[in-house]
Parts: sequence; structure tokens; C-alpha cells
Amino acid sequence: MKRDRKLQTQLLRLAGHVGALVPLALLLFDWQTDGFGPDPVREITLRTGKAAIILLVASLAVTPLKLIFGWNQLHPLRRNLGLYAFAYVSLHLLTFVWLDYGLSWALIQEAIFEKWYALVGFGAFLILLPLALTSSQWSMKKLGKRWTKLHKWVYVAGILAALHYILLVKNTYTQPFIFASILAVLLLVRLAPIKQQVIRWRRNLKRKKSAQISTH
Amino acid sequence: MLIKKRTGYEIPSSEITPEQVYLNRRSFMKGATLAAAGALLAACGPDMSGAPKGSAPADGVAPTPGATGAATDELGDPLNTYDDIITYNNYYEFSTDKDGPAKLATNFPTSPWQVAVGGLVANPGTYDINDLRTKFDQEERIYRLRCVEAWSMVIPWLGFPLSKLLDEVQPTADAKYVRFETILDPENMPGQKSPWFDWPYVEGLRLDEAMNELTLLATGLYGKDLLPQNGAPIRLVTPWKYGFKSIKSIVKIDLVADMPTSLWMDSAPREYGFYANVNPDVPHPRWSQASERRIGELGRRPTLKFNGYEEQVAYLYEGMDLRANF
Repeated sequence: MKRDRKLQTQLLRLAGHVGALVPLALLLFDWQTDGFGPDPVREITLRTGKAAIILLVASLAVTPLKLIFGWNQLHPLRRNLGLYAFAYVSLHLLTFVWLDYGLSWALIQEAIFEKWYALVGFGAFLILLPLALTSSQWSMKKLGKRWTKLHKWVYVAGILAALHYILLVKNTYTQPFIFASILAVLLLVRLAPIKQQVIRWRRNLKRKKSAQISTH
Repeated sequence: MLIKKRTGYEIPSSEITPEQVYLNRRSFMKGATLAAAGALLAACGPDMSGAPKGSAPADGVAPTPGATGAATDELGDPLNTYDDIITYNNYYEFSTDKDGPAKLATNFPTSPWQVAVGGLVANPGTYDINDLRTKFDQEERIYRLRCVEAWSMVIPWLGFPLSKLLDEVQPTADAKYVRFETILDPENMPGQKSPWFDWPYVEGLRLDEAMNELTLLATGLYGKDLLPQNGAPIRLVTPWKYGFKSIKSIVKIDLVADMPTSLWMDSAPREYGFYANVNPDVPHPRWSQASERRIGELGRRPTLKFNGYEEQVAYLYEGMDLRANF
């Protein structure tokens, strides 16, 4: 039983790595084969951005899934997904300042101060940076209670990421709204009153189940 | 098909190119040898299929000459490849993905096709697309296309000035604006089922803008008839305005007294105005318009006022506040 659990965790971890690395593999493949179409900079920007937001939402989904369905085996995925999200955010930012803006400070400055979405996205990066740097077990122990407090900032990063997406599309809001709604649910579940409700509901469900088993 | 070379307004490139842009044109310099090779090839015949597909993302874009043999615009920038122009499209009637229209528009019926021209005119009429192609001399016009999303292309259009058609229908004294409408055909245009917009697509020009020499009704590009993803069989081209003004697949042109409300003005009035002139000094509310990415190049180039056509169009806006009239 215990060994099964361990194997399951390992498999999940592996699936997390593979899933998170697929977008990178596709990027490298298309880079090598000129597969990005007429506007490679745009394509790379969109793909790294999308991978980042999906992984960020996925890492934010771990805790609610544990809470609602009791899938505790997902727990080790949380950090990896978060770190992968940060890696794609970094690639995304690098694409913007380097591939797109050619490290031209004057143009970047203009873009950041005129484009709200650039500023909002950069804000998300600035929040995620210290979180990525303090993601090790060692920092966790070292920082103690402050670690939990610090890492709550990921919620703000998530909100900024969703806003960043909404701000940059041209009137076709379907996809950004889907991300924003999923994120809203994931954050709302964490609010104390809702969380208590979910815990109570789960406890009742368990009691009913065990009662059923004992009567049979 | 008669193809007449444009002669009206050749400007020496040294007069019009700002030094900053000139210095920035690294891709052009790098591509110069390829350009020479391209020009040599052009002498052998108008082979458009020879456009090197794989070279697109690299800095050195090999220019393909247009129907008249020119390989660059008047600023010396190479034409975008035929392949880029027919696969990278904004045409929300089909898809919001750049490569979507080319895939979804293949079976779009563009024949038979009629354009109804009416409203405040003395001589209204419905024109068959084939008549429009033969009635008016088709000229090649090499224009820059600057999208509001801050990317751009150089495209060798084929078409005729809108002014010729307007002369034919004779606008009355009350006519102040021209209103254009795209076909409404949700069966063949899946994007027209999207609830985000109030279809069909509508655009408008002030009458003097419509009469300007640059304003073109295009029926082709690179010497061939337009493909559906580029707005077949007939579309507007106003190169000093953002791309969305250049309405595609036109079925209706009306002369009107009041300023028409375009589809974009209707869906986001704070972001898209009637004029939509390319202007690096007037940012879109959510993003900058100071620079742009030329498709086929890495990096950015500064955006030019009126997309580099200041000399031809600045008089239209004298005394107007371009920030208020965005």
C-alpha cells in the first residue's frame, strides 16, 4: 500500500515534468526547423506566455484539488509546476526585451510606460522571482512562518497574469476570460469561509461513507 | 490584364527617410546581396513560387519582385514574400488566428460578385467584379501595411484608385463620407458567428480621404487576383491608416452625409476612432504605437507618421487635433 503510493507519486511527478517540458521541446524543434511561420517573434511570445499561465494556474490548482477531492498525492507537483511557470515567464520576458525589442532601452521604456499590459506582466515576473529563489526545502525551513506569508504573493502574481492576458487581446476575450474564471475559482476556494464549508462537506461525506460501510 | 506602372508621386527616398530609420535598416543592408540575386532572378520571369519560404524568419529576406519588377517600396524596403502575405492575415470573419483565414477561406465563393454603389450619388449602379477589373486600368501600387497590432508588411497591390469609381457615380453636394460594407455570409465565414462583433464589417472614409490618390480598391497582389484571405475579390487599401481601415470583400459602397460608425468604433469606441491614421505619437489606450515589427525581420523599427505617406496625406488633417481624432 505504502509502496503503491510512492510509485504513484513518482509517476505523477514524471508526468508533471514531461507535460511542462513539451512546450519547450516544441519551441526548440520549431526554432531548429524555422517552423514559427511569418512572425516568429510573435509566435514565441505567445507560446511562452501561454505555457507560463497554464502552468501557473496548474500549480495554483494543487491545493484546491487536495482540499476538495483529497488528492494529497498531487502535493509534490506544486513546487515543480510553479518553477516551470517561472521558467516560461522568464523566457517570455527575454523574448520581449531581447528578440522583440532588441534590448533597445528607449523603446522598452516607452513600451512599458505606454503599455499597461507590459507593466502588469513585468509586475508578475517581479513577484515570481523571489518565490522561485526561495522554493527550496532549505529556504522553507530557514524562513519558517515567513515562507508561507511570502509565498501567498503567488495569488497576486496569478491575478496580474490574468489581467495581463485580458489587457493585450483585441476584443476576443473568450480565452483570457476562461483563465480568469478558473483562477477566480481557485482563489475563492482558499477564502476561509468557503474553505471551512468545503472541509465540513468533505467530513460529512466521509462519515456517511463509513456509516454505510459499517451497516453493510 | 493591363498593368500600368505607378508614376504619380515618386519621391527620392533620401528626402523622405528619417535618418534614424535609415540607420536602423540593418535587415535591408544584410539582405542587399540577396536582393541583388532576387533582381537577377526577376529578369528570368515572374516566378512567384520561387519565394524562399524557409528564409522568412532570418534577417536577410530575399525580396520577390512585384508584377512590374520592383523589389522594394519607395523607401528601399523589400517586398514581403507572397507566401507571408497570403498566410499571415487578420480577417476575423474567418478566424482570429493569423494562420486561420488562409486555412478557412479556401472555399469562400468570390464569383459571381457584385458591388452596389449608391447613396448620395447622381448615378448609382451595381458593378460586376469582372467589369470593375476591365473598366478601370489595374495599376501596381507598392504600399506599406501597418497593423494596429504593431506589425507591418510591404505589399505590391493591384487595383485602381477609388476616386475613379466615385467620379463615375458622381457624389451629390450632400455627400460627405463614404461607407463600405463587407459581405454578410456566416455560412461561409465562420467568424461571423462570433458574438463579440456586430457583423457585417463596416468602414468609412471622409470624401476627401476617399478621393486621395493613394486610396486604392485592390483586386489583386503580386500580379494575381486576390485570394479570399486577403479580401477577395475586392478590398480597400488606405496605406496611411491602420490595417483595419482597409475593409475586405466589399459588396456595398454608399455615399453618406454623416460619419459612418465602423465595426471597431462600435465594439470599442475608446480604442478605435474613425480616422485611425498611423501615428507613433498617439498610443493605443493599451499599447504603444511608437515602433513596429516588419514581418520577415527580427527586432523593431520606428513607426513613421502617416506610415511614411505624410507628403501625400498631411493636408487632409491640417488644423486637426490628431490625438482627439484618433
